[in-house]
Amino acid sequence: MATYLEFIQQNEERDGVRFSWNVWPSSRLEATRMVVPLACLLTPLKERLDLPPVQYEPVLCSRPTCKAVLNPLCQVDYRAKLWACNFCFQRNQFPPAYAGISEVNQPAELMPQFSTIEYIVQRGPQTPLIFLYVVDTCLEEEDLQALKESLQMSLSLLPADALVGLITFGRMVQVHELSCEGISKSYVFRGTKDLTAKQIQDMLGLSRPAVPIQQGRPLQTPEQPVISSRFLQPVHKIDMNLTDLLGELQRDPWPVTQGKRPLRSTGVALSIAVGLLEGTFPNTGARIMLFTGGPPTQGPGMVVGDELKTPIRSWHDIEKDNARFMKKATKHYETLANRTAANGHCIDIYACALDQTGLLEMKCCANLTGGQMVMGDSFNTSLFKQTFQRVFNKGFNGEFRMAFGASLDVKTSRELKIAGAIGPCISLNAKGPCVSENELGIGGTSQWKICSLDPSTTLAIYFEVVNQHNAPIPQGGRGAVQFVTQYQHSSTQKRIRVTTIARNWADAQSQLQHIEAAFDQEAAAVLMARLGVYRAESEEGPDVLRWLDRQLIRLCQKFGQYNKDDPNSFRLSESFSLYPQFMFHLRRSPFLQVFNNSPDESSYYRHHFARQDLTQSLIMIQPILYAYSFHGPPEPVLLDSSSILPDRILLMDTFFQIVIYLGETIAQWQKAGYQDMPEYENFKHLLQAPLDDAQEILQTRFPMPRYIHTEHGGSQARFLLSKVNPSQTHNNLYAWGQVS
Amino acid sequence: MSVNQQAHTGPPYGQPQPGYQGYQQPAYGGQPLPAVPQSQYGAYNGPMPGYQQPVPPQGSLRAPPTSGAPPPASGASLPSGHLAYSQFGHGDVQNGIPASAAPMQRPPASQPFLPGSAPTPVSQTSTFQQYGHPPASVQQLSNHMAGMTIGSTTASAPPPAGLGYGPPTSVPPVSGSFSATGSGLYTPYTASQGPPPTSVSQGLPLAQPPFPGQPISTQRLPTQVPGFAPPPSSTGIGLSSYPPTTGAPRPPTMPGPPLPGQTLAGPPASQPNHVSSPPPPPSTMAGPHPGPPMSGLHGPPPPTHPPQPGYQMQQNGSFGQVRGPQPNYGGAYPGTPNYGSQPGPPPPPKRLDPDSIPSPQLNELPPQQKPRHRIDPDAIPSPIQVIEDDRSNRGSEPFVTGVRGQVPPLVTTNFLVKDQGNASPRYIRCTSYNIPCTSDMAKQSQVPLAAVIKPLATLPPEETLPYLVDHGESGPVRCNRCKAYMCPFMQFIEGGRRFQCCFCSCVTEVPPHYFQHLDHTGKRVDFYDRPELSLGSYEFLATVDYCKNNKFPTPPAFIFMIDVSYNAMKSGLVRLICEELKSLLDYLPREGNMEESAIRVGFVTYNKVLHFYNVKSSLAQPQMMVVSDVADMFVPLLDGFLVNVNESRTVIASLLDQIPEMFADTRETETVFAPVIQAGLEALKAAECAGKLFIFHTSLPIAEAPGKLKNRDDKKLINTDKEKTLFQPQTSFYNNLAKDCVAQGCCVDLFLFPNQYLDVATLGVVTYQTGGSIYKYAYFQLETDQDRFLNDLRRDVQKEVGFDAVMRVRTSTGIRATDFFGAFYMSNTTDVEMAGLDCDKTITVEFKHDDKLSEDSGALLQCALLYTSCAGQRRLRIHNLSLNCCTQLADLYRNCETDTLINYLAKYAYRGVLSSPVKTVRDALINQCAQILACYRKNCASPSSAGQLILPECMKLLPVYLNCVLKSDVLQPGPEVTTDDRAYIRQLVTSMDVAETNVFFYPRLLPLTKADVDSDSLPAAIRNSEERLSKGDIYLLENGLNIFVWVGVNVQQGLIQNLFGVSSFSQISNALSTLPVLENPFSKKVRSIIDMLQVQRSRYMKLIIVKQEDKLEMLFKHFLVEDKSLSGGASYVDFLCHMHKEIRQLLS
Repeated sequence: MATYLEFIQQNEERDGVRFSWNVWPSSRLEATRMVVPLACLLTPLKERLDLPPVQYEPVLCSRPTCKAVLNPLCQVDYRAKLWACNFCFQRNQFPPAYAGISEVNQPAELMPQFSTIEYIVQRGPQTPLIFLYVVDTCLEEEDLQALKESLQMSLSLLPADALVGLITFGRMVQVHELSCEGISKSYVFRGTKDLTAKQIQDMLGLSRPAVPIQQGRPLQTPEQPVISSRFLQPVHKIDMNLTDLLGELQRDPWPVTQGKRPLRSTGVALSIAVGLLEGTFPNTGARIMLFTGGPPTQGPGMVVGDELKTPIRSWHDIEKDNARFMKKATKHYETLANRTAANGHCIDIYACALDQTGLLEMKCCANLTGGQMVMGDSFNTSLFKQTFQRVFNKGFNGEFRMAFGASLDVKTSRELKIAGAIGPCISLNAKGPCVSENELGIGGTSQWKICSLDPSTTLAIYFEVVNQHNAPIPQGGRGAVQFVTQYQHSSTQKRIRVTTIARNWADAQSQLQHIEAAFDQEAAAVLMARLGVYRAESEEGPDVLRWLDRQLIRLCQKFGQYNKDDPNSFRLSESFSLYPQFMFHLRRSPFLQVFNNSPDESSYYRHHFARQDLTQSLIMIQPILYAYSFHGPPEPVLLDSSSILPDRILLMDTFFQIVIYLGETIAQWQKAGYQDMPEYENFKHLLQAPLDDAQEILQTRFPMPRYIHTEHGGSQARFLLSKVNPSQTHNNLYAWGQVS
Repeated sequence: MSVNQQAHTGPPYGQPQPGYQGYQQPAYGGQPLPAVPQSQYGAYNGPMPGYQQPVPPQGSLRAPPTSGAPPPASGASLPSGHLAYSQFGHGDVQNGIPASAAPMQRPPASQPFLPGSAPTPVSQTSTFQQYGHPPASVQQLSNHMAGMTIGSTTASAPPPAGLGYGPPTSVPPVSGSFSATGSGLYTPYTASQGPPPTSVSQGLPLAQPPFPGQPISTQRLPTQVPGFAPPPSSTGIGLSSYPPTTGAPRPPTMPGPPLPGQTLAGPPASQPNHVSSPPPPPSTMAGPHPGPPMSGLHGPPPPTHPPQPGYQMQQNGSFGQVRGPQPNYGGAYPGTPNYGSQPGPPPPPKRLDPDSIPSPQLNELPPQQKPRHRIDPDAIPSPIQVIEDDRSNRGSEPFVTGVRGQVPPLVTTNFLVKDQGNASPRYIRCTSYNIPCTSDMAKQSQVPLAAVIKPLATLPPEETLPYLVDHGESGPVRCNRCKAYMCPFMQFIEGGRRFQCCFCSCVTEVPPHYFQHLDHTGKRVDFYDRPELSLGSYEFLATVDYCKNNKFPTPPAFIFMIDVSYNAMKSGLVRLICEELKSLLDYLPREGNMEESAIRVGFVTYNKVLHFYNVKSSLAQPQMMVVSDVADMFVPLLDGFLVNVNESRTVIASLLDQIPEMFADTRETETVFAPVIQAGLEALKAAECAGKLFIFHTSLPIAEAPGKLKNRDDKKLINTDKEKTLFQPQTSFYNNLAKDCVAQGCCVDLFLFPNQYLDVATLGVVTYQTGGSIYKYAYFQLETDQDRFLNDLRRDVQKEVGFDAVMRVRTSTGIRATDFFGAFYMSNTTDVEMAGLDCDKTITVEFKHDDKLSEDSGALLQCALLYTSCAGQRRLRIHNLSLNCCTQLADLYRNCETDTLINYLAKYAYRGVLSSPVKTVRDALINQCAQILACYRKNCASPSSAGQLILPECMKLLPVYLNCVLKSDVLQPGPEVTTDDRAYIRQLVTSMDVAETNVFFYPRLLPLTKADVDSDSLPAAIRNSEERLSKGDIYLLENGLNIFVWVGVNVQQGLIQNLFGVSSFSQISNALSTLPVLENPFSKKVRSIIDMLQVQRSRYMKLIIVKQEDKLEMLFKHFLVEDKSLSGGASYVDFLCHMHKEIRQLLS
């Protein structure tokens, strides 16, 4: 189905949308029988070189419950200057500005190639971007030093007018005032006490003094030049100050006795950061960037006590309900996350420590607000340094690859309803006629808030076909979906991106092959995986696996061709052929398997899985394995233990790790130093090839993967061996002894 | 003493009731004068019995001198006046001067007299008292009186007359009564003389007779005089006249002798004597009294004699006591042979006869209604005299503490102490050095048994500091049972192998390392090598067992916490503090000869929030850390908050430079308070050390925070049952906080700069309970108050201080410490805990019997103070004191110390206001004193007329001092006294030592113009009464908190120029806070006097210039404590009468 593949690809490139089904079963009953729900992966801000934004307001359908945006699918009566909404069929007058409209003089939004269009609108005051650093000082000296350097470096990467703030924490939480000359000043909070936003603002002196209402004098909106300026200052003004301040930053001075963890008040620090922004810049783009080097050990949000003899909770503890602090801490961070999201801010977590840092509890901070989550071993690693640097990368057009405070509004034609979304978003609780009662993911709404997103942020959106079987859709009917994303661009402009797509309806009984052929198995795999992972967050692991299995079985039943009791007769059409394989690897993936992963790691993996685009998601599900050898050019090989050969170099990309694995022979050669001999230059090239390729991946990926260079028998080889399909094991006659 | 002669006045003369009237009329008309004067003398003679008793002789001797001289003047005047007056009136007259005064009241009448009187006195002056001589005519006697005055005042006398009247009014009623008493008092002495019939009789008579006598006497006198016989009759009369008490019948029994007959007789006799014996010494007294002032008051006659009989009496009293050297007496009395022969009058009793004592409170009554009795203020015991006597008698010899139960010199006396086994009185003073053996006796006497302890008192450089004893690892040697520490009273037995505890009698093994052989007397051979065996005060080095958590303490810390709210910034206070701290930090207390202080410092500023500063030496700049979470205070940093001054010098300097800048444009007016203390406390906790917070605070903490206060000042509560709430903290929050502070050893010193009410009662709770000090500068203004504040601050920072202190007072079996007064916290009933204890803080401890004491073994006190020195060394300071025990009340009264007693009573009363209405407290005080004195009268004094007020020599000042306590701002506030002032004073007094309470309640008034510019000495003080002020002089008054310089309207311009550098009185600015530095002897002298006084006091006193007849004078007059106060406080004379009445009620 080359055509479908092309179609899918074309659609993705243009609209950033991949549907599991590109021809939609026309009735509810049939849709449910398709096993894989009708859903799509939407990358709202997919980077498009050829999409010049238009500088005017979109035209909206006048029906209050609809408010769909004028789009190429609308029927337009050029003479009457009317257009009919393709979702609610409301007839609308064009606004006066469109008086000159005609067949030959169409606005961009009516042209088919602009099924995705971006508007720049002038609304409200433009506020600069805000970056609030929340820095843990309970670090080893080197770590702190590295972190300080990274932070200092980052100042030069920020837009000059961006506001920055600094909060440091250890046993206490300090909010640094940046505007002061001479003496450096900070507000200190104790790390054990949860404060309400009001209290925090009072204590920081942010609450506006009750302005006495002066009679007779009209209140001039004093629009006070931001009271918060003491804590959040434009980079260009306090660049030097802050650099010095960061330079003078000391390790937390409170003594840590033998056998104790340092007291770390992450919970309160975050709470204060949230409160600070909440009080000063609600509903403007802001990032709270948390840098932490260990688990919160006191106060609200503490994850583990300060006694080193009590280790931090493991999955085992959690299963046994032995994680004392988990529930409370989770609740604390959830509350924070919700507040943050409500204010349109986001929280990034950079956790660098050898042990766990409480990501499990804190994950919602990043998940609900669209923040980043980065996990590393130390701030003094290139993994962290480069990742952090990459946060401030700019896109091709010289703009930061970040956007803030987006709200995604989904509109559907009548036959469809919205079941939910899975991704770095929260519900805006917009109930409407197109909201389904059945929820998949975050449902019950047609609008979601995505506090922070970048061009690769991808949401899975699930639909439900509600058309009844007995009310067939006329032949050639199309269903339509419109995604309206309003967001604050990194240039602080407000923008609205509108994507309107349509797909054909098909009767599943008569036209099953069409539907089958239009199946996007990659998208389907990712969509199913997201559902699975979403469930895994709240359900027991085995249940999710069983559910996945059942879905797979049902799908195969539906679309497979086989003779009963004859496994060998089983066939799946090409459009389904890879799907089982994805499911197989998904089952083994760290997203569903917690074995061998700490709770933090699981949270970390799941976090990324829920926001990356389709390609990256697939890599996560089924890592890519390339083989380099003298036998030919590099080639992708099966993720199978049979691919591990002595004379091969393997390059595995699991998204989180890049593993270069030298086969046994190759490794010996390398040890023998052949690569340094001129006559074996080709060997040198062979060794170099995967390195170059890996570098390429490393350059582009965010977060930067863990880079592992290992060889046959190396301890790090486990990263590879744990991923491959163990078709060959010590049980089934293994020629070359397996170590590990 | 004879103080109140008044009583007699009436009675004596007037024979039974009828007499009264009768008297007046006839008597006066006839020969008014005579009787009066004598009375005083009479006193001596009077009390025959008394004399015979032992002690007396000496006592008597003394008295004379002083009193002697003065006598006369008054007498003269009387006569004339009398006619007009009723008997009583006369009585007054007697006092000499006063008497006349009384009459004076009625202007018309009196005036006339004046003239007459004046002259007379003069003539008489010459005479002393001749006790012996009965003969002299009444007049003469009176003359004597006059004489006294004359000496000094005579001349002046005249003028006053006119004016006088006016003034007296204030006192009128009262005075009247007094006068009467005055005469009576003396009687006792006279008695002794008895032998010569006349004289004896006289003594008594003097007192009484005078008044009544005169009038009446006039007639009689003549007759009587000659024959002593008359006296008796007179006495009878006198008594009778006062129907109530004395009643005719008594005369015989009681004083019979004294009163009537004697008086009459006496006087006469005396006069002659006087004449013969030249005048005497009394002059001293006279000298000071400015004739004028007196006169002013009394108007009429002779008002002047200050010393007058009254005095003499007192002196006599003093003789009685052991103390007074009698030289004077001898001199004065010489005339009277009797004395010599007789044992000496019983000590000291002082008698007043008040018959008619109008209670002070009765003052309101319209004067006319009552007969006025005037008492000569000079006739009543004078604090100045007592102080001077003690100074001259005991100031020269060192006070050696070896003997048990010795009464030390007064606090006003400069003396050296040699420690020979008992603690110096600088450390401990007792109300009595002779304790009743049984609780019954103690109860009967009502004399409180209390010790005023100042454990870390500063010693003069000539005396050695307590030695530090190190007993090694095992720590100090202690009794096994009661845990008393080794001290000189421990008895070593069994060849030195064991010792018996002097407190509980338990026998304890001597630890081997401490063993030493005994010599033949049972003393250890190393007796003189070991301070703990030979000295009353010494220190032990404490072992780790004596430390908190069994860890040796770390050096303490000082934290400076500065209010930077709008008010503080605006007044320039913050800048001032910061500037001062820069240099002051180099003078932190250090131990011994250490090179630098071990104390670390930290800084906090605050308004509604707190700012901590990181001043770590490694920082280029200080860092400020704001803590706004005042609801739940904590310390934001540990490392870098408390630092060594030398190491962080530059950072600190930079900080102190920046603080005033940073808050220069603050608009924050609200402050918090409790969180500030909490912050300091937390900081010390975190640093695991004790320390002191210096908090500079300006306003009522109304910002939302724990310990937030509201303005609850309400003057309407004064004199209601709710008045006590003004002294109580608003909330218990601070009490709990204080408890925590004490547990940590966090002492809080508070410097307050209020512009309005800030509730000292509540803010001071923590300070008070942690042993800190409060300093208050109302309406602080940089120009005028900065010196005072900076001096206080310097002293407060530099003074010796111990931390984390626990004090326990152990006593020998039989008595027990039951109550404690002072700035501290007690978690149980025995241990006094103080987070900090400095060299000025005093604790008053009251003892009660729980068993019998024995005269042989006496009673022992051991005060043990465990504390951490400023270098962080844990030490024990031990003070031991042994007291005598007695089975005779007389011994008790003979070994009392009034100053200490007042210290106790004041503290007791000041604590009482927390729980009882002020009136109750006042009444209780009066009542207790009346009981004390009544008990004395009943059990120790020679029998005499009930109309006589007889005071024990040691307590003759009790009434005047007590009156001062009663009139103090706390117990009787004037309208200008704020609630905060009262609370402040209340807390302040609670930690005062005896010297401080002494001058606080009875301020020192020095006539600057009398100062000898060529010597170092201070001019002789004068009594605190407006009468004593002369318009032409400049005076200085100090009470430990303030110094007033009072300038009379008629002061010579030259003096004004010399002192103030301005040319006229009107140009003197009373806004001056210091005297200008002028190069002339007078200015130098005055300034050196002021400097000298400032050094003596623990606080820098505020200098206030008061011009006579200026607004500020009201304030000044408030401190003239012998006068009636505006707020209703009784004058000395009135109060004395009232007291007498109370006593009489108790006795009857």
